[in-house]
Amino acid sequence: MEKIYSRSDVLLDANMGYCPGCLHGVIAKIVAEVIEELGIRDDTIAVLPIGCGALISSVLDTDAIIALHGRAPAVATGLKRTATEKFIFAYQGDGDLASIGLAEIMHAANRGENFPVLFVNNGIFGMTGGQMAPTTLIGQKATTAKSGRTPLEGYPMHMCEIISTLKAPVYIERCSLDSPQHILAAKKAIKKAFMNEIEGKGFSFIELLSNCPTNWSMSPQKSLEYMREHTIAEFPLGVYRDETAKED
Amino acid sequence: MSKLFMKGNEAIAEAAVRAGCRFFAGYPITPQNEIPEYLSKRLPEVGGAFVQGESELASINMVIGAAFGGTRAMTSSSGPGLSLKSEGLSTLAAAGFPAVVVNVMRGGPGTGSISGAQMDYLQATKGGGHGGFKLLVFAPSTVQEAVDLVYEAFDKSWEYMNPCLILADGFIGSIMEPVELPPFKEAKRQEFPVYTTRFFTDKPGRRMCATMIVNEAEQEQWNRVQAQRYERIAQNEVRAEEYMLDDAEYVIAAYGTSARVAKSAVRMLREKGIKAGLIRPITLWPFPYQCFKKLNEKQVKDILCLELSIPPQLIEDIKIGIEGRIPITAYGRSAGMIFTAEEVTEQVEKLVGKNK
Repeated sequence: MEKIYSRSDVLLDANMGYCPGCLHGVIAKIVAEVIEELGIRDDTIAVLPIGCGALISSVLDTDAIIALHGRAPAVATGLKRTATEKFIFAYQGDGDLASIGLAEIMHAANRGENFPVLFVNNGIFGMTGGQMAPTTLIGQKATTAKSGRTPLEGYPMHMCEIISTLKAPVYIERCSLDSPQHILAAKKAIKKAFMNEIEGKGFSFIELLSNCPTNWSMSPQKSLEYMREHTIAEFPLGVYRDETAKED
Repeated sequence: MSKLFMKGNEAIAEAAVRAGCRFFAGYPITPQNEIPEYLSKRLPEVGGAFVQGESELASINMVIGAAFGGTRAMTSSSGPGLSLKSEGLSTLAAAGFPAVVVNVMRGGPGTGSISGAQMDYLQATKGGGHGGFKLLVFAPSTVQEAVDLVYEAFDKSWEYMNPCLILADGFIGSIMEPVELPPFKEAKRQEFPVYTTRFFTDKPGRRMCATMIVNEAEQEQWNRVQAQRYERIAQNEVRAEEYMLDDAEYVIAAYGTSARVAKSAVRMLREKGIKAGLIRPITLWPFPYQCFKKLNEKQVKDILCLELSIPPQLIEDIKIGIEGRIPITAYGRSAGMIFTAEEVTEQVEKLVGKNK
């Protein structure tokens, strides 16, 4: 029988450590596939966050550095400015990127650093146990917003829209991981963002709407339904900027 | 070799370039601004990269990135900035990464005055950050010594795979003096094996750095490796200058700019027939305790701990070295106010009077 699909070589056969139903594993898979398809495994350095995103280090067969909380874009800047032949990408969650690391992402984007940032938005602090994130929806419960987030805690921050106010970024897209169709679109976006770095085009920002069944206190299936009904409604999917499309 | 007349901060920056530094990230803060200003022009000339970081935090984290890539990298700041960088400093040490950090000290806790002072001794030497890490700390007292120590700090940092701190002060940074610059070292990116890789993958060809090691036994193992590194530095790198100490009855202990004033005071006191001497720590960590341990309590009547700091900070290490055998008196100015040699002489004369 012909083998038409198998695990990417870039994805190690190791325990990922993610909770059942968590979509981080899907990101690890599509990132590994993109790295394999582009043939850049030995040149790749993943700059990883603090939080669940860091667990990708246990399965991704590339070099990696886990940055301090929120600082991945700064670490990636120092790395890419000096190791210019390497392929660098940053991977951050919503607490990491939109809360403690807001300055670093804004300024890396504003400088148009030549690397992509993958931003995983699941509206919650996962690893620390379900605290409110800057992207938590109004009404969504968290361990630090037990009755649900109210405007007193601020409104969900829309990072694609915020980064779209800057001149330098070349590619900004928000994707979702709630369905196979959306996952394929996300993979395509990631590949395009990675190509932008390889072609020296500059800064790309891919937001990936994700889930957290454990801290949302939902079954995996229910969490997907919640994403479709609430998360995507708050965070519209789509391309927010594509300067590269104009060039092509 | 010819001498140049250079301002301390610019000389520090040029010494770094000659030591092979090819990446600098920093945030504006007085009194060190000439370092980033100089390097913003100088690094691109030699194929290096300069980034004005959006913050002290970003700057030290950019250095972490450059260091991971194998580039000789540096950042500089002053006290408040060093506080902000301390998480990054802890991480550089925890990762076992080489880098050089310069603190051009200013006056006071909080924001503090922007003039030169020596207010960050304890921060520099007692692990100014979490996790009990150590930095190899050099304290220059002249512009020439600042050049020499910065030049050497890069090698030391790579020898031990540990960050080095240059603890200068606003006076050293601002003063202009003749300096002889060292030759250019070859600036080659050099990837090094990352120790923590072994905890994350069984592929030795990969480089994986994480300073969060979830497995307790592995974290403990790594902590032991780091402690051994600190032990090696403590054994090999202690440096101090001893001046007119053989027959000294009154010993001034001072580092950096304070030690320059102290040296003049020692000479003035000798002219007056007072047997004064000086111990000048050059490495603040590891501290030259031995210089103090070997002082003979039957000969030395008093020690004056002289520092541009109020309250005194250096005195904590002198106490450890003296073990209560000899009285220690602290005299300090701070916030940009500086003692004259005459003022220091008077302080020692007071001690002489007390002992009569």
